[in-house]
Amino acid sequence: MSVLAPCPCSGILDAARPRTERSLVGRLDPRTRVVLAVLFALTVVTVASLSALVLALAAAVTLAVLARLAPRQTLRRMLALEGFMLVVLALLPFTVPGRILAEPLGFAVSAEGLRQAAVIGLRANAVAVALMALVGSLEVVALGRALSRLGAPERLVHLFLFTIRYLEVLEREYRRLRLAMRARAFRPTCGPHCWRSIGYLFGMLMVRSLERAERIDAAMRCRGFTGRFPLLDDDEPQRPGALDWGFGAVSCLALALVAGLGA
Amino acid sequence: MIRLEEVRFAYDFARPVLDGVGFALSAGDRVALTGPNGAGKTTLLHLMVGLVTPQAGRVIAFGRERRVEKDFVEVRTRAGLLFQDADDQLFCPTVAEDVAFGPLNQGKTKAEARAIVHQTLAELGLEGLEHRVTHKLSGGQRRLVSLAAVLAMRPEALLLDEPTNALDDATRARLLDILAGLPQAMVIVSHDRAVLDRLATRTVRLENGRLA
Repeated sequence: MSVLAPCPCSGILDAARPRTERSLVGRLDPRTRVVLAVLFALTVVTVASLSALVLALAAAVTLAVLARLAPRQTLRRMLALEGFMLVVLALLPFTVPGRILAEPLGFAVSAEGLRQAAVIGLRANAVAVALMALVGSLEVVALGRALSRLGAPERLVHLFLFTIRYLEVLEREYRRLRLAMRARAFRPTCGPHCWRSIGYLFGMLMVRSLERAERIDAAMRCRGFTGRFPLLDDDEPQRPGALDWGFGAVSCLALALVAGLGA
Repeated sequence: MIRLEEVRFAYDFARPVLDGVGFALSAGDRVALTGPNGAGKTTLLHLMVGLVTPQAGRVIAFGRERRVEKDFVEVRTRAGLLFQDADDQLFCPTVAEDVAFGPLNQGKTKAEARAIVHQTLAELGLEGLEHRVTHKLSGGQRRLVSLAAVLAMRPEALLLDEPTNALDDATRARLLDILAGLPQAMVIVSHDRAVLDRLATRTVRLENGRLA
């Protein structure tokens, strides 16, 4: 699972659920959030100075606080990222040539390697936290609409929405198959029988997905689909309000500061 | 409205599913299509709207013979097919969008489509569901919404593939009431006694590739 798949599957598509109390970030237009996330990521990958990156991370954490992300859930998601990064970061000081700082057990730790590890770690975390705050807390349908209104290719947007829609159906199918296996006393062990069964499970899942795709295509053609998607927007798209412009301006200032520090 | 003549269809050439089937649906007809599992009932419905093409025989729908995909585009808007699994049919994020999908494909404007959505959902007593997310509906709601999505295209005929399958008694009764009140000609694939007694004007049985 990537850091971009933040909602538990049950809540993934719930565009219609009214929020009683919304955070500052939650009140922003989805487009504003997407644009800011992209700007933030672009700025952070272009600056290389440590102080600028620390500032960027601080900005990202501020965003997370403004978005009222649940701390525990957020940390758990971050752990998935850190686990992956740890290997890379731990190796860098030993593999990048440069001024030697220490030689534990005969392996040379270089200052340049240490610096690079810090840069990559800060960058990745800043972008991940900012994405979770801005985009991750967005309902998926709203994100799809925002992307399409921002001019993203229709096909990609639809592919995205279809993936979300059927991820859950496939997961249900997977759970049903797993249950059927368990009901006949299957337990994952180590051995050819288990590997073969797991192989069958995924093979069957793939066959079913393909058949499902064919049936969906048939159902769409039955309703006159000829390859073009008409969109029924629920309402006329609202124009970004004062809040969006204000938040955007403040964020751009912060980003300019980061970029200035990093130059 | 729809006529099949000497239609032959086989997934596996040695064992044809349909072997010289003739069938006709006229206005006002409500035909129950029965037969054992795997007899080809679903295939027969799919043939009528061109989702599969027969290896031999002719499909005549709404006054013209239909051969290729292009011919069937019109047939599908005039004969609405309700799928066995509502999950196959409801692919849009929200109910309103899904019901509007057909009308928009028919070239209706957004305003017209929205009016049709309101009207169709109201007719089926589903007003409250309009802004719900499709995959969060219960099984019964899904079935009713997918029927609404088909009816929104204002079809002249309905092809229903096991409409009451896996529904609880209350939803089943509600669906039967709705179907009984519709003016369209229907082909209903079902094993459900109540459906056959309540809805069908005649029954045909598909067995060993032939209709009886």
